[in-house]
Amino acid sequence: MMCETCGKKMATVHWTEMVNDVVKKMHLCEACAAAKGLDVNNPAAFSDVMLGLGAQRESAAKERDVACALCHMRISDFKKTSRLGCQACYDTFAEELKPLLEAMHKGNQHVGKVPAHHDVKTTAKAGLLPSLTVLRQKLETAIAAEQYEEAARLRDQIQQCVKKVPSARSRPAMERE
Amino acid sequence: MKVVDELLKNPSAWLKLGAPTGVMVSSRVRLARNLEGVAFPGWAGEEESLRLWQELRPILEALPGCMPPVALEMEGLSRVDKDILVERHLISRDLAEKGRGSGLVFKADETVAIMVNEEDHIRMQVMSPGLSLRGLWHTIDGIDTDLEQKVRYAFSARMGYLTACPTNVGTGMRASVMLHLPGLVLMNEINPIIKGVNKIGLAVRGLWGEGTDAAGNMFQISNQTTLGEAEDTIISRLEQIVLEIEEHEKHAKARLIQQKEISLRDHVGRACGILTHACLLNSKETLDMLSALRLGIELGLLREWSASMIDELFLLIQPGHLQKVEGKIIGAEKRDLARAKLIRARLISGKRG
Ligand SMILES: [Zn+2]
Ligand SMILES: [Zn+2]
Repeated sequence: MMCETCGKKMATVHWTEMVNDVVKKMHLCEACAAAKGLDVNNPAAFSDVMLGLGAQRESAAKERDVACALCHMRISDFKKTSRLGCQACYDTFAEELKPLLEAMHKGNQHVGKVPAHHDVKTTAKAGLLPSLTVLRQKLETAIAAEQYEEAARLRDQIQQCVKKVPSARSRPAMERE
Repeated sequence: MKVVDELLKNPSAWLKLGAPTGVMVSSRVRLARNLEGVAFPGWAGEEESLRLWQELRPILEALPGCMPPVALEMEGLSRVDKDILVERHLISRDLAEKGRGSGLVFKADETVAIMVNEEDHIRMQVMSPGLSLRGLWHTIDGIDTDLEQKVRYAFSARMGYLTACPTNVGTGMRASVMLHLPGLVLMNEINPIIKGVNKIGLAVRGLWGEGTDAAGNMFQISNQTTLGEAEDTIISRLEQIVLEIEEHEKHAKARLIQQKEISLRDHVGRACGILTHACLLNSKETLDMLSALRLGIELGLLREWSASMIDELFLLIQPGHLQKVEGKIIGAEKRDLARAKLIRARLISGKRG
């Protein structure tokens, strides 16, 4: 496949970006990729572009700026660094992540290794704290079943887990770079 | 730092001397993992990162798979020390840029390396010379299983291992093989190969430089996707493709000898002449010339040196290693002088009787 910009060299850089919620695949040669400010040697910078988090996305960022309940990251922060703040961000920003994940991966369901502690039974046996993920799943089930007492108990338990997470970060996420 | 100085006494894990070296130079498998309930490193504060490093360090040092372990915090390392760790593939450039609260725990033989607070809380890798993806996956799977008894990972049944960058979510696994492909490059057949490999969801990049400009004709092929396929499926596909590329490379070499023997001998001979006589050698030129020497050895055109000796030079001529050998920080031009001196000395003393 030839480079889409110059049409002269072989395209060796491939990425997916979001333009107005439409997933667009791009194929460029090294030189043209570099001209677009894409540093292929720097994986961090590379996936920034891959995630389509460049300047043209600034306007879209204003539409929905939810914050993650667990780590307080906002979607606008995510767009600056293309890195999520914590595990719960995957739920918080599920809507934004969905098209990106579909474009960059082979499927939307994990297949492969599962840590032993993910199983609730082994968790209890090993005397480990119940998993945050498991707790949140239970909470959802409890709310759906209108078991409010159980839900309140689970919410407290989640709060205990969450305390380990550093509190709201007001510093700009750009600091990372 | 003394620990880093010690490393230079041995060849790096990705080019162990004596290992049969051919098209497949080395293999590597890495896993990205994060701890449950803790913000990812880029979003956690320095205090939080420091606390995590202090908590994780003894746990990692106690892993049976890391024995005997060496632990280094990024803050205490000089630029040259960090360069050496990067050149030996023990840490990434990103980790080298970090300071307090980021570190590395590795097995002294360099086959296992675990980065703490890079982009994810934990990035563990195993590497070895040649093609050994299955063995490496088995090893790292074991280390990961040992570690999950001590810490709780951020994991969801649907999304798998949760990583700071969505490109790694799922298995969190990146498997790669480094290939030396001078035949395909000289026969102008590398581009269709790169194109084909990209098409099936694998990434190709030059180890030094990109695409056809890959210095030293060293290419790294790795999986691009991590969600929706099991680890062994990903590894099988990668293995199958690199075996196919190895075949293509062998055919390209055969045609090179059949169709272009004189220019091939000229190419190898010139590299030999330049490397043994030049007084100034920049990095790119040296890598390309060393690649020609390696090709000459693989094809039996050169018998004075072993392929593994050339592989060691690929590492020793990198800026960090060169400065460590010289014992001081030197600028780019002085490095070209030092590089040429080192190459001449090694090629002359390393000749087989
Ligand atoms: Zn182009
Ligand atoms: Zn979050």
